[in-house]
Amino acid sequence: MKRYLLSLILISFCSASQAVLNIEITEGVEGSLPIAVVPFQWVGGVKFADADVSAIITSDLARSGKFAPLPDKDLIAYPKQPEDVHFPSWRMIGIDHLIIGGVKQEAEGQYQVHFRLFDVLKGEQLLGYSFAATRNSLRSVAHRISDHIIKSLTGLPGAFDARISYVTAKQLPGKAVTYLLQAADTDGFNSQNLLTSNEPIMSPVWSPDGERLAYVSFEHGVPEIFIHDIHTAKRELVSKFKGINGAPAWSPDGTRLAITLSKDGNPDVYILDLSSKRLKRLTKHWSIDTEAVWMPDGKSLVFTSSRSGKPQLYQISVSANAKPQRLTFDGKYNANASISRDGKTISFVQGENNVFRVAVLYLETGLVQQVTDGPLDESPEFSPNGSMILYASQHKGKPVLAAVSTDGRHKQRLGLSDGEVREPAWSVVKK
Amino acid sequence: MKNYLLILLMAVTLAACDPNVKPDGDADGSAADGSTGAQVGAVGGEGGAAGQALSASYEASAINDANSVLAARVIYFDFDSSKVVGDFVELVKHHGRYLSANASASIRLEGHTDERGTREYNVALADRRAQSVKRLLMFQGASSDQITVISYGEEKPASLGHDEESWSLNRRAELVYQ
Repeated sequence: MKRYLLSLILISFCSASQAVLNIEITEGVEGSLPIAVVPFQWVGGVKFADADVSAIITSDLARSGKFAPLPDKDLIAYPKQPEDVHFPSWRMIGIDHLIIGGVKQEAEGQYQVHFRLFDVLKGEQLLGYSFAATRNSLRSVAHRISDHIIKSLTGLPGAFDARISYVTAKQLPGKAVTYLLQAADTDGFNSQNLLTSNEPIMSPVWSPDGERLAYVSFEHGVPEIFIHDIHTAKRELVSKFKGINGAPAWSPDGTRLAITLSKDGNPDVYILDLSSKRLKRLTKHWSIDTEAVWMPDGKSLVFTSSRSGKPQLYQISVSANAKPQRLTFDGKYNANASISRDGKTISFVQGENNVFRVAVLYLETGLVQQVTDGPLDESPEFSPNGSMILYASQHKGKPVLAAVSTDGRHKQRLGLSDGEVREPAWSVVKK
Repeated sequence: MKNYLLILLMAVTLAACDPNVKPDGDADGSAADGSTGAQVGAVGGEGGAAGQALSASYEASAINDANSVLAARVIYFDFDSSKVVGDFVELVKHHGRYLSANASASIRLEGHTDERGTREYNVALADRRAQSVKRLLMFQGASSDQITVISYGEEKPASLGHDEESWSLNRRAELVYQ
């Protein structure tokens, strides 16, 4: 049986050569707002299949979990200009909002993308923008338009014009495991290999400005923490103490890293000042202290500790000699916090027997809600606008990335065609 | 590869024999009672009964002897526990005495966990597993200079399944002689 499982996994590892994320919405479209995106007209050039702007917007809106875009085949008209829009017909089929727009080639490789968002019930325009784009930035412009639409209609800043990073592990028959650190757009496109190694890569985390990644790499045979500039590909080795160098977390101002070190005999949380390289010990306990993350105000951190006997979440001030306060009380295993940008919500892994799920703790009320089904969910990470949680899951025995809306109602799977995919990190929205 | 198979084989045998390898919880409740029946335990005591299959010599060459008690080099743990239990205490003692008797020998202690739970917590847990083994080795006279510890957490499973059978093989510390 074991042999069978092993070969099954190996076969699925080598079925494709290009690591592309495929996203499918697996649960929950009820309660989503009806919206129609009219396919954009392309003028002065032919539509690119890999940069179909209106299709990208449609897909983003659906993935947000907040909208139910009308399928193309159900569109009743194809208005190009505001004066072409006949609001009563759209009202008749139950559409609340309508998007029209186009792409115009201005010169070779130069494009202008414009769109308008209408409130169908009121019969008025809510938004209208035009963006310059190059061949390579068309997808990014489409994501930016999605972010504008979502912000206008929900009040939430969008999260689609951003990058995610993740670690994949691939094993070809008879070969050692290859670990890859990759970055991609939030829809899985434009994937970029940042690091390839025969030893584990762990815990990637974006700097607050989205320019750098900190991560743990075992490439020298021991765990070390690197900071990797994704534009220049320059790397800096920032932590190589004896024992564990793990769980990096950027301070909100990007000047410090919280890290886990065992150099003093036991896993504890330290704060490393990145310019002075000064190290400050934050926790001191014989138990495990790790997985620290910063509150948005930078004044305290939340971390996992086994000081009560089992892993639980605690909050500790960065000021000297602070005492940690316990945050989680239900269950035997509460670990690996991610904090929403407004500091009001913590997502984490909650384990009970052999089932590990993503749960959300609302700090104001103390209420805890499980938002995923397990059985082995981990590494939750809030999207920049706090509306979604990206996490690592398993589908049919294979590690995949998944996303769930913070209320647990909408789920989607980001399947990788090639290898295991794990440990997602979501950068800030590009400015 | 042959080494790996051997380790795996012994692992399976040990896991099957060890009453203390449990799927879950009550880690601290399962005290080391040195129960009989397991391969390693049976040869543990000095001056044991005659006719045993394994030898407990600590001569330098013993480390290359497939019939030596030192041929077993994997210690298994309960879920979320870093306590060395049952017959593995004896096994670690043998290695500690060997290191003590052979000052030029050195080992790398690799800590591992199963896939359940979070990755960085598992790195910390696996480190504590390796440190527990290190303490036991040093208690037998091994020197700190002879031992290097590395924690891999759940990153390098010995078995790839998603069930207790695999998990019990992955919650381990491996002694790698260098």
